[in-house]
Amino acid sequence: MSEQILSDIKEQIEGNPILLYMKGSPQAPQCGFSAQTVQCLMNCGERFAYVDILANPEIRATLPGYANWPTFPQLYVEGELVGGCDIITEMFEAGELQTLIKEAAERNPLPDA
Amino acid sequence: MSVTTPPGPVARSIEDLIAQALECEHFELINESGNHAVPAGSESHFKLIVVSEAFAGERLLARHRKINAILRELLAGPIHALALHTYTPDEWRARFADAPLSPPCLGGSGGGKDAPNSGG
Repeated sequence: MSEQILSDIKEQIEGNPILLYMKGSPQAPQCGFSAQTVQCLMNCGERFAYVDILANPEIRATLPGYANWPTFPQLYVEGELVGGCDIITEMFEAGELQTLIKEAAERNPLPDA
Repeated sequence: MSVTTPPGPVARSIEDLIAQALECEHFELINESGNHAVPAGSESHFKLIVVSEAFAGERLLARHRKINAILRELLAGPIHALALHTYTPDEWRARFADAPLSPPCLGGSGGGKDAPNSGG
């Protein structure tokens, strides 16, 4: 496991208050689970960062071990793993995801906003 | 006409591993591989519903980690995608109304998450 990739991953997770590791892009998800997760996240109405793991095979190979989470997508909010598609969907249906995302966005305003 | 296929070796392994590790009030495993572009009879995409008191007081993240740990080797191998739904017996009853632990309709697409080895 490359040190460089690990430090890239840490930087991404720490540097982006709302970050989704997914297959494909939000505009063109390459997997049903990623598509469903993006849909929930988009409906929260806040800006979020994403990493396409299909375009970053080293991240795809390294992140599951680092995160102790075997699958994608993975959503991180303020440096913490929230979960994968099932958890995100359940939280969205319960209204919890919207609150979590809104509060994270409020606490981390864009530098030029 | 409908056709039922008996569970294959991967499904039986999942069932055995969960049964050994957790006391389950309800266990349900659905092979969803047929919804994906894989050969007939594949055991690559599953949906798993586990109802267990062992989840009491645990957040979803911890519950899923528990299941992922039990199925670690299968997730690194034949399982390509696993949708997970975990409940305590109380949550299950609250969610699906009446007391008997009968499953809800599973006809929909269901949530899930996707194993790193490829896209499901």
